[in-house]
Amino acid sequence: MSDARWPGRDVISIREFSRRDIETVLREAQRIRPNPDLLRGRVMASLFFEPSTRTQLSFASACERLGAGVIGFSDVQSTSQAKGETLADTIRMAERYADVIVIRHRWEGSARLAADVAGVPVINAGDGANQHPTQTLLDLFTIRQYLGRIDGLRIGLVGDLRFGRTVHSLATALTRFEDVSLRLISPPNLRMPESVLRELEGRVDYQEQEALELEGLDVVYVTRIQKERFPDIEEYEKVKGAYVITPPIVREQLREDAVILHPLPRVDEIHPDVDGLPQAKYFEQAGNGVPVRMALLKLVLLGEDGR
Amino acid sequence: MSESGGANANAKKGAGELKVSKIRRGTVIDHIPAGMAPAVLRVLGIDRGVSDIVVMAMNVRSRSLGRKDIVKIENRVIDEETLQRIAIIAPEATINIVEEYQIIKKDRISLPRELHGVLKCPNRYCITNDPQEGVPTLFLCEREKPLELRCHYCEGLVRGEQVELIL
Repeated sequence: MSDARWPGRDVISIREFSRRDIETVLREAQRIRPNPDLLRGRVMASLFFEPSTRTQLSFASACERLGAGVIGFSDVQSTSQAKGETLADTIRMAERYADVIVIRHRWEGSARLAADVAGVPVINAGDGANQHPTQTLLDLFTIRQYLGRIDGLRIGLVGDLRFGRTVHSLATALTRFEDVSLRLISPPNLRMPESVLRELEGRVDYQEQEALELEGLDVVYVTRIQKERFPDIEEYEKVKGAYVITPPIVREQLREDAVILHPLPRVDEIHPDVDGLPQAKYFEQAGNGVPVRMALLKLVLLGEDGR
Repeated sequence: MSESGGANANAKKGAGELKVSKIRRGTVIDHIPAGMAPAVLRVLGIDRGVSDIVVMAMNVRSRSLGRKDIVKIENRVIDEETLQRIAIIAPEATINIVEEYQIIKKDRISLPRELHGVLKCPNRYCITNDPQEGVPTLFLCEREKPLELRCHYCEGLVRGEQVELIL
């Protein structure tokens, strides 16, 4: 079915995605295949004002697989911003060089500003602690890939729920689905913010807890607890130990068909010995960045019917 | 309709009650929440340099609010942008336009859906707080009672009591 909203659309915040929008991206990501003719002659500007490994590489890979060219930078020091140019001016330049702009920037709202300024579609690849919508879409894609559905799942979010943008966006996205229940597992000082909990009210059943209890969960989404968030190092050490997923925990508490995800990079919150267990799907999750970003590039440049 | 609403009306009811001077021509801002009149004066940019008559009454009895503040300014019509700022700190306020001591027009302040360049975003990592960028703020009203606004840029939800006006 054709959808006139896709060509030229900005992808800035998961808050702007309806269930139908999410389904469109997941369906497109499911069926898209490398095709060097699909976006031949198009150019993607990859403006990474902050370092990134997975996001930048998977966008570049997605672009190459569809035949489009990539221009850009991956370090603010190599740009005119370092000389005092405004982001708005950098975007006005980039939109004349490219058909789509992918941006990562440390200021929250920077991608929105870029989208307001640019005449070409802008895709947010992370604006500070605010949004990272393409990560959420690939999280959802991975969940559906392994569990066949998103409706009705019991999902645990573990770790830093306060500052982690991926868990905020994922929680928001899950409100678009039916009968999802969330177990929010975090230290008290890293609880999910009120503003996110408010979005969940009446849409997603949730419970907050400190203990790492994973029984009954279909998905365990683990995030890194950042040392620098703790004023007291002893408090950090106490909490850190409590949130390490180890093989015994996985074997004792999770079914074999449950799925462990992590937006990566991990530090020590998932023990490397977990990697070989059937539940560990975080590297497949990272790999899914390519088809999901291929799907998004195709949708914003050509629309659903574009071939 | 005489420009004797609010405090003057109270003054008529009994001796010893507050009496606030009438103004001949200008604007009366009534039904300001008690204690907020100084903030309204700041929004209006009224300080020692003003030559027109400005009357401020605080903690006046009010049937609807219990206590309220009133501000009267001679020779001043308040522009739309200033009204938006006042609406944030005094959402129940009424604006009375006075000519020859008579109220000729009475309007409730209404909060617009979008507030351009009026508030500072409390999120210090919001792009609107980047001095190099210098982008004006934009807030969207999500709820009026209690007041909740969302930053168009960083998407942060700001409650009424967290609001900081750009003066």
